[in-house]
Amino acid sequence: MTPSISAVQVGAILANRIDGPDQLLPTLHAIQDAVGFIPPDTVPAIAQAFNLSRAEVHGVLTFYHHFRSTPPARHMVQLCRAEACQSMGADALLGHAERALGCSLHGHSADGSFGLEPVYCLGLCASAPAMMVGDAVHARVSPARFDRIIAHLGELA
Amino acid sequence: MSITIFVPRDAAALALGADDVAAAIALEAAQRQLDVTIVRNGTRGMLWLEPLVEVATPEGRIGFGQVDAPDVASLFDAGFQRHHALALGLVEEIPYLARQDRLTFARAGVTDPLSLADYEAHDGYRGLRRALAMTPADIVATVTASGLRGRGGAAFPTGIKWNTVLRAPGVQKYIVCNADEGDSGTFADRIVMEADPYMLIEGMTIAGLAVNATRGYIYVRSEYPHAIAMLNAAIAQAELNGYLGANVLGSGRTFYLEVRKGAGAYICGEETALLESLEGKRGIVRAKPPLPALAGLFGQPTVINNVLSLAAVPLILDKGAQFYQDFGMGRSRGTLAVQLAGNIKQGGLIELAFGVTLREILYDFGGGSASGRPIKAVQVGGPLGAYLPASEWDTPLDYEAFAALWAVLGHGGIVVHDDTADMAKLARYAMEFCAIESCGKCTPCRIGSTRGVEVIDKIRNGGGVQQVILLRDLCDTMLLGSLCAMGGMTPYPVLSALNHFPQDFGDVPQSVNTQRAA
Repeated sequence: MTPSISAVQVGAILANRIDGPDQLLPTLHAIQDAVGFIPPDTVPAIAQAFNLSRAEVHGVLTFYHHFRSTPPARHMVQLCRAEACQSMGADALLGHAERALGCSLHGHSADGSFGLEPVYCLGLCASAPAMMVGDAVHARVSPARFDRIIAHLGELA
Repeated sequence: MSITIFVPRDAAALALGADDVAAAIALEAAQRQLDVTIVRNGTRGMLWLEPLVEVATPEGRIGFGQVDAPDVASLFDAGFQRHHALALGLVEEIPYLARQDRLTFARAGVTDPLSLADYEAHDGYRGLRRALAMTPADIVATVTASGLRGRGGAAFPTGIKWNTVLRAPGVQKYIVCNADEGDSGTFADRIVMEADPYMLIEGMTIAGLAVNATRGYIYVRSEYPHAIAMLNAAIAQAELNGYLGANVLGSGRTFYLEVRKGAGAYICGEETALLESLEGKRGIVRAKPPLPALAGLFGQPTVINNVLSLAAVPLILDKGAQFYQDFGMGRSRGTLAVQLAGNIKQGGLIELAFGVTLREILYDFGGGSASGRPIKAVQVGGPLGAYLPASEWDTPLDYEAFAALWAVLGHGGIVVHDDTADMAKLARYAMEFCAIESCGKCTPCRIGSTRGVEVIDKIRNGGGVQQVILLRDLCDTMLLGSLCAMGGMTPYPVLSALNHFPQDFGDVPQSVNTQRAA
């Protein structure tokens, strides 16, 4: 069987990694940055490279909210759910976002272009509510501003 | 004539369109054939004014607040003069800023964060140069004498921690910076990293000299991509110019520094969980003892300090312990970086000597709620901090004064809620957050948080006295039986909400409410 593109990418990252057990997290970050997620079928190769059991790698992967085991939507929308944003209407914004994208938290829009995730603090608490799409941050996100940001991203896609 | 314009690159400014503003300024300048230099500075901390554009004049820097890209042409038309509608006058004379004690944040927003020349011109690396001429024991003694206590929340004396590491035998000691700033309402660490990264690098280098550690790590949360990029760029610059590496400033001393990215786990802000994560494992809390100072990263003696603790060190070494000690009250010496957030008109960073009251922060600086409604409760110290009602707002910001109220200062974050807040819902959220973020090692936290959500749901559905007694009992177990502050302090917001705002929990008899868990 020919290895998938992602398996080839993961193989290259594993081959070029710096040695040492503490490199597991940086390596997982590198894989997710390149592939978009950590393909479950590459876990055995990761485990072997680090001389760990598959269970140990699985344990690390599932402990951290940041790592995904399924492909992300084209645009991952992370809405802050923490207290400062709640005090400025984050709950209402979440309701609006769910209606606008047609999915609930942890879900994807029907066409797969948007995913909706919670995040617990982006450090933008003095200009709440806040959200992050990819690495781009947005503050004082009113429902109208949310719609403009999403419409703009939709045009790019 | 060349004009210098400052447009912040802080994440809070970027989140409000600062990049678009900078691009519009560059375009407008080109069209008008003006010689304009754009400096991407950090934030001044007056976050409600972002993007805060400044222009250099012979009298000082004039500010323009909440600038949007479409405003740029009119700023040029007005010649960036004070008569423009967005003009704020001289930035340093804005009362919010002028009334602060800017020690750690003296350079924030003033300098170009990546310019070493700018950093040196504003007193940078003076502390390190002094430290290089001192013995490790003298450096530790200076930090101890300054009265600096850990700014991450636990307020442990920094010098005492360093002394333990200095005296501990170890082949390879480490300096670890906890930049996993996950508390809602806090952003001071982020501002240090984005506005003045060399200060943190210098502080860690001094810590390395003080305890004979040659390697350091900065553990930054993945939610802070801009801070991570800034630190990596600053470390590369510092290495290239001999401030870091095998031979720090030609002294023959070695200090290497590396940024490590977290992966979205709040618990990794707990120091032992952070160390586990740095070692490549799940962020599971370790039992103490042994202290990280004796057996920390990879089992070696390790200084692990918050960003703000390490960032305070260069100034202490430069100006002396007494200078720092002269700020503050009681056993809380120096300055506190108050982070004012949530439903507040003028949110931002307020660095002041300990001792200011909450009320002064909320009204004199904050200007009241953003919504214009009365303020109902403020949560101080992050998601594990207590909610304080109006009757407690005259308390001075001081570690001991807050402890006496059964509250915490923590990392200095203040989240404001107006009178529309449902305190029972916020108490439920505290339990829910604990359930989501618990590392799972100890039972009171892992199971207690889930049971806590269920019990609060029952109370909100009219469960009555029996459920309130159960909730207090559960909080007792979590307080006394948890391994770390995650489970051990989740009862703070829960019980303070219940004690101060019983009406939000339905018809709960007074006799049950007056019981205090602590």
